[in-house]
Amino acid sequence: MIDLKEAAYGYGGGTLLSEISLRLAPGSFHFLTGPSGAGKTTFLKLCYADLRATSGSVSIFGQDAAGMSRDEIAHARQRMGVVHQDCEFLDHLSLWENIALPLTVAGRGSAAQDGNLNDLIGWVGLGARRDALPQELSGGERQRAALARAVITDPDVILADEPTGNIDWDMSLRLLQLLVELNRMGKAVVIATHDLALIRAAKAQVSARVLRIKDGRLQLAGADL
Amino acid sequence: MSALSRILDVLQGDAQADRVVPRRGHSVQLTLFTSAAMAFLAVFAMALSLASGRLADRWSDALARSSTIRISAPPIEMDAQVWAVLGILEQTPGVDSARALTEDEQRALLEPWFGPDLPLEDLPVPRLVEVIETPQGYDAEGLRQRLAAEVPGAVLDDHTRWRRPLVQAASRLRTLGWVSMLLILGSTAAMVTLAAQSALAANRQVIRVLRLVGARDVYIARAFVRRFTLRALSGAAAGTVLGMIAIALLPGSGQQAGFLTGLSFSGGEWLWPILVPLLSAITAFWATRAAAFRTLRSMP
Repeated sequence: MIDLKEAAYGYGGGTLLSEISLRLAPGSFHFLTGPSGAGKTTFLKLCYADLRATSGSVSIFGQDAAGMSRDEIAHARQRMGVVHQDCEFLDHLSLWENIALPLTVAGRGSAAQDGNLNDLIGWVGLGARRDALPQELSGGERQRAALARAVITDPDVILADEPTGNIDWDMSLRLLQLLVELNRMGKAVVIATHDLALIRAAKAQVSARVLRIKDGRLQLAGADL
Repeated sequence: MSALSRILDVLQGDAQADRVVPRRGHSVQLTLFTSAAMAFLAVFAMALSLASGRLADRWSDALARSSTIRISAPPIEMDAQVWAVLGILEQTPGVDSARALTEDEQRALLEPWFGPDLPLEDLPVPRLVEVIETPQGYDAEGLRQRLAAEVPGAVLDDHTRWRRPLVQAASRLRTLGWVSMLLILGSTAAMVTLAAQSALAANRQVIRVLRLVGARDVYIARAFVRRFTLRALSGAAAGTVLGMIAIALLPGSGQQAGFLTGLSFSGGEWLWPILVPLLSAITAFWATRAAAFRTLRSMP
C-alpha cells in the first residue's frame, strides 16, 4: 500500500531522513520510535504526502507520490486515517462534526449520523462530549477525538503520531485495542510513539515490528522492546 | 457538466458540507453591501439605458416622419398661399404626403404655452403644413428656393433635422448605460474576488485541516463559492428592490415630461431588473471560483 524506497528528506542543506526503505503492507503493524526531532513525524508526513521525498521514492497505493496531483493526494488520504501530533480540528465545528469530517469531505455525510459514529464516540469515551467544541476539550480528549476521526472512514492505512501522549493508561489500552482490531481486519497500522509500555502491550496482542529512527536512518529496534 | 448545472449544483449545496467553512468574517458584510450597492446602481444604469433607448427611438421616429412649412400671410391671402404650398409639395419628389394642420390641431400645439380657450382666429398665427417624406427624402434646399420664389410667406422649417445630434446623443447615452452595467459587474467581480481571497487567507488553517482529512480542492472551493454566490445574490436582490422602489418613486413621465422624469421602466421593462441579481450571482460565482482555485494552488 505504501512503499518507501531509499527515501530521503532534508531541508536547508541538511538531511533529516535518509535511505528509508519500508513497505507498509495490508495487515502490517509497525511502531516507530526515536528521540524527539529524530524524524518520526517527517516519516509519517512522507507516507501521507504532506511532504515529498527529496530523493528516493515513495509509492502510495501504487502511485509515485512525487507525481501525484492534489486530487490524487486527496483521494489517497481518503483511504488513510491520520492522527496528527498537534490534533488539528475545525474550531467552529462540534466534536462529532469534526470526527465525521472525513466522511463529509468524501461525500458520505449522511453516514455521519448513523450508528457507527455514535458507537465510535462512545468507544473513545467522548459520548458525553459529543457537542463540545474542540477548544473545550482537554489534550487527552483531543487525542481520542483525533483517533476516532482517523478511523471513522474504515481506512486501509492508519498513521498515528503519538496518539496516546496525554491519555491515561486505561484509555491508552482501550485505543490500542481498537487499532489492534482494525489491524486484524487487514488494515496497516503505524504508530509513532515514545511509550514503550504501549509497545509492549501491543506486542502481546499482535505481531508488530518496532522500528527506530537513529541518525536519520530506520533501524529495527533491539530486543529490549 | 455545463456551466448552468455547475451553478445550480453550487446553489443547491450540501448542508453538511456548507458548515465546514466558518461563517465569521468581515467578508460577509462586505460582499452583501457591495452587491447591494452595485445592484442599486445597476438598476439606475439599466433605467438610463432603456429611457435613452426610448428617447432615441422616439426622436428617430419623428425625424423620419415629418417636417413643417410655416406660412405667414394676411388673413385674406392665407388660403391661397396654403393651396399654393400644397400644390408645390405635390410636385416635389421625395414628399410622400402633405396637409395643412386644422385650427384645432394648431390650438392644441399652442395650448401648453398659452393655455386653453385660445382665440386663434384673433391672433396672427401662421398656418402650418405638415410634410411627410418618403424614405429617400426630398431636396430641402431646392424646395426652400422654390417656396421663396413662388410663396414668399412660406418658410420650410425642417426643425426635425436638429434632432439628429440629439438622437445620436441619446443612442450614445443608451450605450453608456450598458457600458456602465458592464463596469458595475466588473467592479462586483473585483470586490467579490478581494473578499473571497481575504476569506480564503483567513481560513488557511481550516483549509489545511480539510486537506489533511482528504478534501479535494474542488470541494473546498465549492464551499467558498456557494457562500459568496448566495451572498452576492441576496445582496443584489435587496439592492435591486431598493433601486426599483427608487425608480418608481421618481416623478411620473407624461407627454410633457422632460428626459429626467422619463428615467423609468415602461411596461414589460420592469422585468429587466430581475437580471441584475442573476448576473451578480453569476459574476460572483465565476469570480470566487477563479479566486478560490488560484489561492488554493498557491497554498502548499
